[in-house]
Amino acid sequence: MNASPISQPQSPAPAADDGPVVAFRNVSIAFDGPPVLEDVSFSIAPGETRVLLGPAGVGKSVLLKLTNGLLRPDCGSIQLFGEEISHMPEEMLFPLRTRTGMVFQEGALFDSLTVRDNVAYQLIQERVPDDEIDSRVRDALRFVELEETFDLYPASLSGGMRRRVAIARAFIHQPELLLYDSPTGGLDPVTSTTIIELIVKERDVCHTPSLMVTHRLQDAFILCNHRFDPELGRMVLLPKGETDPNTTFLMLEEGRLIFDGSLHELVKSQNKFVREFLQ
Amino acid sequence: MALDPIEKAAKNIVLTVQDYSLFAYRAFLNLWRPPIYWPEFLVQADIIGVGSLSIVVLSGLSTGGVLALQSAATLSAFGATAVTGQFVSLTMIRELGPVLTGVMVSGRNASSMASELGSMVVTEQIDAMRALGVDPMRKLVTPRIFSTIVMLFFLTIVADACGILGGAAVTVFMNHQNGTQYLDMAWEHLHYPDIVQGLVKPLFFGYILSSIGCFYGMRTSGGTEGVGRATIQAVVSASVLIIFVDFLLTQVLLRLLP
Repeated sequence: MNASPISQPQSPAPAADDGPVVAFRNVSIAFDGPPVLEDVSFSIAPGETRVLLGPAGVGKSVLLKLTNGLLRPDCGSIQLFGEEISHMPEEMLFPLRTRTGMVFQEGALFDSLTVRDNVAYQLIQERVPDDEIDSRVRDALRFVELEETFDLYPASLSGGMRRRVAIARAFIHQPELLLYDSPTGGLDPVTSTTIIELIVKERDVCHTPSLMVTHRLQDAFILCNHRFDPELGRMVLLPKGETDPNTTFLMLEEGRLIFDGSLHELVKSQNKFVREFLQ
Repeated sequence: MALDPIEKAAKNIVLTVQDYSLFAYRAFLNLWRPPIYWPEFLVQADIIGVGSLSIVVLSGLSTGGVLALQSAATLSAFGATAVTGQFVSLTMIRELGPVLTGVMVSGRNASSMASELGSMVVTEQIDAMRALGVDPMRKLVTPRIFSTIVMLFFLTIVADACGILGGAAVTVFMNHQNGTQYLDMAWEHLHYPDIVQGLVKPLFFGYILSSIGCFYGMRTSGGTEGVGRATIQAVVSASVLIIFVDFLLTQVLLRLLP
């Protein structure tokens, strides 16, 4: 894997007063039934990567969509880049969302647009000149090693390739926060590792704070136990016993946050649900 | 409780009407506020306007022909077959042209809007658009509504013209009447209030069919089955609402433009 051709954020505009990039306080949400999330509180610090674990259907994707205002909580407070967004009008949320990048579960590529137009979607809206768009799209595609797909349509890509194009789309605007919704869900182990390697590379090269939702423990562990080596151009295993200090874990059980801590604390946790999940 | 399903259905209807009213209000405001996505407007104008031309021409010709056949049979009882032209032109321009075009275009385009936007919703493309900082209401809904209003206006004129021509063809070739007399009657008894009435209606119908198509598309849930359901609801609601609003509009316009 090549070193990052994506230019790093020139001034990774931190959240106000270097406070948390994202802060949830007592957030709850329900959809015509019992609460999907109940009294959830956590935060993401600048440069921090948080892995949200939990089995299917516990509200992980809902939590991710609350983070950038795609959903509104019933109660509680959500701060994004220091601004309260839980009651912010949709029009005011759009500029904030342009500062985030989101990778959806199935990629969510626009199927009527080519890979180039998908990756450049935000740049096209901002009326960036075509030459600059082409150059930046090629850089982003090179980052995910899919430069040859420039003119293709999403329908002609495999599931893993679509996911990588979605990552390129999320990275191209040099976001200040990255949200990954089960980026390896439904993929084979080799492709999953490729995707996780991209996430590790992004974390270690650009240091963008991120929140990754997954139910795959092995992905979470790879993320924590590896670092990206720019000289080798690939990720390498950290020495035994070492973990990435900026990668921490959250775990949901039936809408409640039951764990918030490091990998070490996770494996030592005596919580019955955590133990069962780890086993 | 036996009344529970009824109560639930009633609440659903009220909620849908409320949601649609808010959606339609927001869509209407967006028509007058920048940014307006002109490339999307042109693409939709081509799909809706040019794409619907053939069905509008065919239905216009057939309806005009049927009107001429039916009216001639009735009018001959009073020895008044000479006014067939007046009958066909007034009926087409005041009523059938706008309503028929509205219903035909809603069958074609409200369904396509609902299914296209619905597919985008269930594959999270709408969420992706919002996450990328783009308002789907402005990017997807406003161009569709704007182009439907504009194109339905012109399609109605085409349907009116085709209806009168269809009536003329039947009058000349099947009823063996004088074509010049038909066209004279069609033209002489046509007044500005008739034309205004016929051209105001498609503006409302265009707004109704496109906003309903987009509304059902944007609130799709339940996967591919949900897309099918949204499509059916869009076509049925748009067609029924067009006919109902036509009734209301006709009353208002008859008072304003007697």
